[in-house]
Amino acid sequence: MSKGFLEIENLSQRFPQPDSNDLLTVFEGVDVTIDKGEFVCLIGHSGCGKSTILNVLAGLATPTDGNVIMDNKEIKGPSLDQGVIFQNHSLLPWLTARDNVMFAVRARWPNWSKAKRREHAERYLHMVGLDDAMDRKPSQLSGGMRQRVGIARAFAIEPKLLLMDEPFGALDALTRGVIQEELLKIWSETHQTVFMITHDVDEAILLADRVLLMTNGPHAQVAESVKIDIPRPRTRATLHQEEAYYPIRNHLVDFLVEGAKVMSAKAQEAAARGDNPRHTPRIVNPARPEAEPEHSSQPGPRMVRAV
Amino acid sequence: MLSNLNFRATVLSLVMLVVFLGVWQLATAPDVLAPQQGELSEYERLMGGGTDRTSSSGIPAPTQVFSHAFSELSNPFYDAGPNDKGIGIQLAYSIYRVLLGFALAALIAIPLGFVIGMSPLLNKAFDPYIQILKPISPLAWMPLALFVIRDSNMSAIFVIFICSIWPMLVNTAYGVASVRNDWLNVAKTHQLSNLRTAFTVILPAAAPTILTGMRISIGIAWLVIVAAEMLVGGTGIGYYIWNEWNNLDLASVIFAIIMIGIVGFLLDASLAQATKFVRYAD
Ligand SMILES: Nc1ncnc2c1ncn2[C@@H]1O[C@H](COP(=O)(O)OP(=O)(O)O)[C@@H](O)[C@H]1O
Ligand SMILES: [Mg+2]
Repeated sequence: MSKGFLEIENLSQRFPQPDSNDLLTVFEGVDVTIDKGEFVCLIGHSGCGKSTILNVLAGLATPTDGNVIMDNKEIKGPSLDQGVIFQNHSLLPWLTARDNVMFAVRARWPNWSKAKRREHAERYLHMVGLDDAMDRKPSQLSGGMRQRVGIARAFAIEPKLLLMDEPFGALDALTRGVIQEELLKIWSETHQTVFMITHDVDEAILLADRVLLMTNGPHAQVAESVKIDIPRPRTRATLHQEEAYYPIRNHLVDFLVEGAKVMSAKAQEAAARGDNPRHTPRIVNPARPEAEPEHSSQPGPRMVRAV
Repeated sequence: MLSNLNFRATVLSLVMLVVFLGVWQLATAPDVLAPQQGELSEYERLMGGGTDRTSSSGIPAPTQVFSHAFSELSNPFYDAGPNDKGIGIQLAYSIYRVLLGFALAALIAIPLGFVIGMSPLLNKAFDPYIQILKPISPLAWMPLALFVIRDSNMSAIFVIFICSIWPMLVNTAYGVASVRNDWLNVAKTHQLSNLRTAFTVILPAAAPTILTGMRISIGIAWLVIVAAEMLVGGTGIGYYIWNEWNNLDLASVIFAIIMIGIVGFLLDASLAQATKFVRYAD
């Protein structure tokens, strides 16, 4: 069995409910493998458990079942190996943009001199186009600029895995577009492994090597792994001219409109029957449907019965 | 716009001052309130007869208070025995007691508040004691303090200590407990040690709340010191007021009241200034 860089194994999360003794199963039996340097997006309806999965990867939450192995080590808690960018920037408001990044750099390399930390921080702030705003506090920055500082801070510590939870969700469409391209630029220079949650299909197609699709909860599953077979470098302006763009887009939208619901109902029936919920996502390449390696006539996730 | 507003407010303040002083001056003028001129009222006879220092009503006119203030302030640090010291010396005693009691309280309240704020268990365990001890008038501790400490000066400082501690303790605990989870997650994902988290994340995040507590404390301490010094006697602005009342020197009493207000204002303003350095916009 070949091990990937990041192995999510049989992951399940159940929460106690306020008005019942039964646990609420948010998702269960999730198996996902992510390779080094891959950019993976996770899409699913609100409440299906995306943030919960990301928090487990960040080490900020403990799953009910299963585990996550990164670089042959189990993730047991938060660490500098996992950089996190949240939707609400989470910058320290009493520090300037530069000091926020230097704060992270100092945590990562405590022995560096101040000059070296500063130079490193400024390099990353430069990459996200913030040369003129380094001395400003977060309250003096626009929403987009704050999120850029967050990106610079996360990339600056050069984590093994970069986690982003709807990082551009609070931004207007124009700003979002600009920052997406900046993110692509900084990613192409560093080739971090990225796991990002988004609800924007076009954003996922622009950024990702692969999009994971999640069914609705409860008993949510990561049902499909959709390959984004579009050559890089990609730009927003030319993306829709790509032959593969519309097949991919249609597939993702169809899933969100129809598939997520249908498969969710199936998963809940299976759970009621007591089937083993462990599953790996079905691999799909909408750009070349005939070449689908694991094509099956059965829609829905492939169940792994023997564990 | 703003400077215009400031200017108009200043003018209005000055007008109010002039009107107030004018009314005061008129009300204390001998011919207005003393129809039976030449004769001493019963009260005046009781008080040892009318002097040229006070008006017939017993309340000195503002001009008398100002001339008295001028002579006091031109030599604030003279020391002519236990019952006759300059206003500067008396204020210095009071400020010294307030600052010492306040500093001791801060030394205990801020670290303890930090620990209480970080631990929900300690927070709940300490809460009933804080809730019961907090509303006790600090002067109620005075007899116990005098009995245990057997030193009036230290007892006054203890009373300041006990009244300063609660606002700082409660505010520190609250400020620490309500540090945004996002920022704590930043500390966690950057693998900061507990000590580093406390000093580089929690302390700056809670500093404005802690300083607000310190500001409330110093205000209360300055209120309490006057009463405490009236009780223990000896030195201090509270003793000075009580002493001048016994001397029936109301001009000195009014002058001391004004000085208490000014010093209290300066103490508050200095902490307000300190708050500015730690405040952050979210
Ligand atoms: N700590 C928690 N306790 C109880 N329920 C939770 C907790 N965290 C999340 N949930 C529930 O789990 C579900 C998934 O939440 P979340 O992962 O935030 O969804 P998403 O990010 O996909 O919108 C929601 O129904 C939410 O109410
Ligand atoms: Mg979420």
